[in-house]
Amino acid sequence: MEAVIQVQNLTRKFGDLVAVDHVEFGVYQGEIFGFLGPNGAGKTTTVRMLTGVIDPSEGSVTILGHDTRKESLLSREHIAVVPEEANVYLDFSVWKNLMLMAELHGVTRDWRRREAERLLNTLGLAERKRQKARELSKGLKQRLMLCAALVTGPEVLFLDEPTSGLDVQSARLILQIVTDLNRNGLTVFLTTHNMSEASEMCSRVAIIDKGRIAAIDAPEKLSSTISSRQYVEVRFAGATPDHGKLESLPTVLQIDSDNRTYRLYTKMPGQVATQIVQLADKSGLEIMHLSTCKPTLEDVFLHFTGGSREGGS
Amino acid sequence: MTAQRQTVQTWRRQLHGTLVILKKNALLYYLKPPVLIFGVLFPVFFFLAFKMGRPITPENVVPGMVAMGLWFTASAVGPLVTPWERRAKTYERLISTPVSLHAILAGDVISGLVFGTCLSLVPVLLGLVLTNASVASVPLLAAGIIMSGLSFASLGTLLAAPPASNPSNIMLLSNLVRLPLLFVSGIFLPIGQMPLWAQWIARLSPLSYASAVMCSAFGHPAFFPVGLSLLMLALFTGGFFLASCKFHSMWRAKGL
Repeated sequence: MEAVIQVQNLTRKFGDLVAVDHVEFGVYQGEIFGFLGPNGAGKTTTVRMLTGVIDPSEGSVTILGHDTRKESLLSREHIAVVPEEANVYLDFSVWKNLMLMAELHGVTRDWRRREAERLLNTLGLAERKRQKARELSKGLKQRLMLCAALVTGPEVLFLDEPTSGLDVQSARLILQIVTDLNRNGLTVFLTTHNMSEASEMCSRVAIIDKGRIAAIDAPEKLSSTISSRQYVEVRFAGATPDHGKLESLPTVLQIDSDNRTYRLYTKMPGQVATQIVQLADKSGLEIMHLSTCKPTLEDVFLHFTGGSREGGS
Repeated sequence: MTAQRQTVQTWRRQLHGTLVILKKNALLYYLKPPVLIFGVLFPVFFFLAFKMGRPITPENVVPGMVAMGLWFTASAVGPLVTPWERRAKTYERLISTPVSLHAILAGDVISGLVFGTCLSLVPVLLGLVLTNASVASVPLLAAGIIMSGLSFASLGTLLAAPPASNPSNIMLLSNLVRLPLLFVSGIFLPIGQMPLWAQWIARLSPLSYASAVMCSAFGHPAFFPVGLSLLMLALFTGGFFLASCKFHSMWRAKGL
């Protein structure tokens, strides 16, 4: 399968600082590709190179086969960007913002008017089309940003923290629309800190740390690569077993406990669950809850970024 | 598609982009306070400060006033647009559209030209109605206004290149360039009556050539021949625009 976005050996230096260091990946047609990383990891710089805002120091990016440096205009014809910070023209009305973006992308008059009406209805902005953008709330501005991106008819959509700081209703609506568009073939490059959002929406994610790609794969595959972070969670009613007995179970690597709940980390959660049941049976203990759990995308993120819990750049 | 057809299509798209930028700038920036203060109020007060109490016949002042009006108005839009867009965070989105930086800057230059041309008609009309001044050559006046407006607007766009996110810093820079040149370009004192060193500096100022064309258009003697003045204005326009493309491109990623 040919990549819609192909990144090769991408490097960007600011003086002595290497912000992005020989990054390589491909994003395929119809994917929602998550791009995760802590603050200062190089996410924004990478996205700016992909969208042609800044030139790489080394390496190349192609969007639908067009090199972003040699054929910058052609590559930009296929993309639309929704940045984290809503940057609509505040003195323009909702409608004028949409028309401006569509005109800059060379969208024909009839098409842009029809599409703008449709998008305003879908995103709940139809009644506000004559209102100035500065009068909109953050959530509504973000919806307008999405409208302004989609009215250009992009094949690749770049979303930078699209739901950051939004009300639940706006966040859900935006994610729902992006998911629907993706089902119709839109390729989405999603930069986010929201792990559940990435895990739920993305077909693949890349984790960038200190300018380098630390991991790249489907979220569930990434989870299985850190098999030592799988665990069995057990909660006892009444008496609890001796901590030493749980620790001595074969293949248990670590135990965390909180009140009557124990979390036993192991590479073989099924086997440990069976042993816990046997132990409870022998010791006359009553199990209230028993489950095996895989590491979440957040665990994967923390694992690959050295446990930093910081937000994005 | 043949390469030639593709080139024509690209040019058409970029020209369209330039006109969209022009429309955006006209709607957003023509009535912004810095444009009105530095573009409209400044030349009016300079005129009053110069004229009041001096024994100069009003019709002799008109060509200089037209040139000065253009100087301030045409070069007022450019220094505002890019810094304003950087501060409002709309700049990044603008440069990620399929409109080239050259086309965006051309839009900024034409915005300055249109603004300057419209407002320069005010001193022209006032001069014709209130004084004995008369236009000796309308085509020359039109050519002078357009060529001068283009070179001044290109200078304004060049001055907007440094990556400042605060428009007032760029307005300060633009006034540091515009105000001193006003005094050595034959607006208040004919270039021929200035000291020799000032006459050499006058040759480096586009305003001197604009002033010379306006004098010729109103039938007054001019320090520079018309042909040379128009040629110099064209060269200034090209030079400022190319320099502006170079510096905007170099600094586009700074201050985003």
